[in-house]
Amino acid sequence: MKILVCISHVPDTTSKIGFVSDGSSLDKNGIQFVINPYDEFGLTKGLHLKEKHGGTVSVVTLGDESVEPTLRKALAIGADDAHRLDGVPHDGAQTSEEIGAFIKKNEFDVIICGQESIDYNGGIVPGALAAKLDLPFVNACIGLDIDGENVKTIREIDGGKETAQTKLPIVIAGKKGLVEEHELRIPNMRGIMTARSKPLSVHELIGSKALAQSVSFSKPPEKKAVKMISPDNLGELVRLLNEESKVI
Amino acid sequence: MVIIYAETWNNEFKKTTFEAISYGSKCAQEMGLESIAVVFGNSNVSVGELGKYGVDKIIHVQDIQEFEPYSIALALSSLMKELNGKLLVLNGTANGKSLIGILSSLINAAAISNVTSFPINYEPLTVLRSAFSSKGIEHASSNSDCTILSIVPNALGIKSDDDSSASIVLKKIDPNSKTSILQSEKESGEIPLPEAERVVSAGRGLKGPENWNMITDLAEVLNAGTACSKPVSDIGWRPHSEHVGQTGIQINPELYIAIGISGAIQHLAGVSRSKTIVVINNDPEAPFFKAADYGIVGDAFDVVPRLTETLKSFKK
Repeated sequence: MKILVCISHVPDTTSKIGFVSDGSSLDKNGIQFVINPYDEFGLTKGLHLKEKHGGTVSVVTLGDESVEPTLRKALAIGADDAHRLDGVPHDGAQTSEEIGAFIKKNEFDVIICGQESIDYNGGIVPGALAAKLDLPFVNACIGLDIDGENVKTIREIDGGKETAQTKLPIVIAGKKGLVEEHELRIPNMRGIMTARSKPLSVHELIGSKALAQSVSFSKPPEKKAVKMISPDNLGELVRLLNEESKVI
Repeated sequence: MVIIYAETWNNEFKKTTFEAISYGSKCAQEMGLESIAVVFGNSNVSVGELGKYGVDKIIHVQDIQEFEPYSIALALSSLMKELNGKLLVLNGTANGKSLIGILSSLINAAAISNVTSFPINYEPLTVLRSAFSSKGIEHASSNSDCTILSIVPNALGIKSDDDSSASIVLKKIDPNSKTSILQSEKESGEIPLPEAERVVSAGRGLKGPENWNMITDLAEVLNAGTACSKPVSDIGWRPHSEHVGQTGIQINPELYIAIGISGAIQHLAGVSRSKTIVVINNDPEAPFFKAADYGIVGDAFDVVPRLTETLKSFKK
C-alpha cells in the first residue's frame, strides 16, 4: 500500500502570532515551526496503515528550504521518504494543483491530509486535491479502516459522526480521532539518526497560479479589562450578562 | 448570479442556512445580481421559507437527498456554470467545509474560507477572514472572476422580512456519489456546537466526568451547548466532538462560560471570538481571566450550582 501524508509547516501552537510592520506577512521572528497538528494525526495513521498492510509512507509539502527540518522530523517519526515541492504556497488552488501533479506522477492508494493548517486555516487543499484526482473524499475524518479495496470511513459532522464506505484510492482530511492523542508518534534517537540517511527529494513546481490572495494581516482588537465579580454576588453577573452584554 | 448553498439536515433548514442566505442575498444586491438558493432534499422541505431571507429564486433538487460531498459539489458546480455564477456562498459547517475544496477545483474558483465580514470591496472581491486560529485577521481578495466564500457560523447574523418571497423552480440533477453513507449518529447535546449561541464549557478543574451534571444543568437553563477543554476529551471524560480549541472545534457564540479551564493559548485560539466570555476558576492567576469579560474566582462546585439557581430565578 502506497501512503502519502501531506504536511504543512506551521508555527507551534503556543506561538504568539504577530505580523511584520506593513502587515504583509507573519513575523517569523522567534517562532518555532512544527508539523501541523492535524497532519501529525495523519502521519501516525499512515504508519499504522503501513504496519498493518505493508507498503510505504511518503510525506510531501510545498515550501522553500526552510521547511526541510519539518520534513526531516516526519522522517524521524517513521516516514520512508520525503518530497519538497520547491516554492512558496499562496492559496489552496495553487497548492492542490502542485501536490496533485506530484501525485499523478507517483500514484498513491491512500492520501492523508490534515483537515486544515493551523496557520492560514484554509481547509481548501484536501477537497481540491480529491477533485483534481477524481477520488473519493472524506473531510474531518476520524476513522479509516481498509480491507483490500474497501474502505470504511467515519467523519465528524456537527454534533455527531457519520460512517461511509468507498473504494481505494481515497483522499481524507484527518483530525484527532483518526488516531488518539496518546498514540501520536514522536521521534526517538534511532529515528532521528536514520532520518538523516532517508531520501528527501526536491521537485520543481509546474507553475500553477493562485486564485486567491492575502492582502494584509492584522491582530484582532484587544479585549477590554476583565470585570471581576465576587462569588457571593452572582446576581451581579446575571445583571451584567443581561443589561451590559445583552446575551441572556 | 450569486448562488447560495441552502444546507438541510433531515429535510429541515439550519440556522446557519439562513445566515448564508442573508449573506448571499446582500452580496447579490450590492453586486447588482440575482440571488439563487439551491436546496437538496425531498418534497417535505419547506423551501418557500427561504424567500423571507432575501433570496430572489430557489432551485429545489429533489433527486439528491443525502449529503454526499461529490454529489452536492457536482450539482452546485454545474449550476454555477449554467447560470454564469460569479459568487457561491456556503456556511462553514461540517458539510460546508467538506464542499469548499472540491468546489474550488470543479469550478476553478478562488475559494476563501472562515469569512468573518461582508465584502469590504467588490472589485476585486475582498473580505476579512479569521486566520492563525483567531490570532490574526486576514484581508483576502479574489483574483478570479468566480469566487466561493465560506462564512463562519454564528458571525454575520440573519436578516429577514416576512413580506419577501421567492419563486421556486424544481430541477432534475441525478446524484453522482463517490462514497455511500451507511449511518449518521448524534453524540452530544441537542445543539451542535458551531451554531450554539451560548456555550458552557468545563475543564480538568471538574475533577471527573461524574461531576458534569452541574455543567449540563447550567447549559440547560441557558439553552446552551456543552463543550470541554482538550485534556478532558483526551482522557475520555467527554467526547471529542465537545473539544473546543485550536485542534478541536472553533466557536464564536454570544456567550462562552469557561469553568475550571486555565486558558492555555491553544484553548483561547478556539474560543476567543466569543462575544462575551465568563471565566470561573479557583486560581486567581489563571491566564484565562486576561481574555475574559467577567471573572469569578471561586470553587466551581460552590459557584456553578448557585449560578444555575440564580439564572432560574432570573428567568422567572
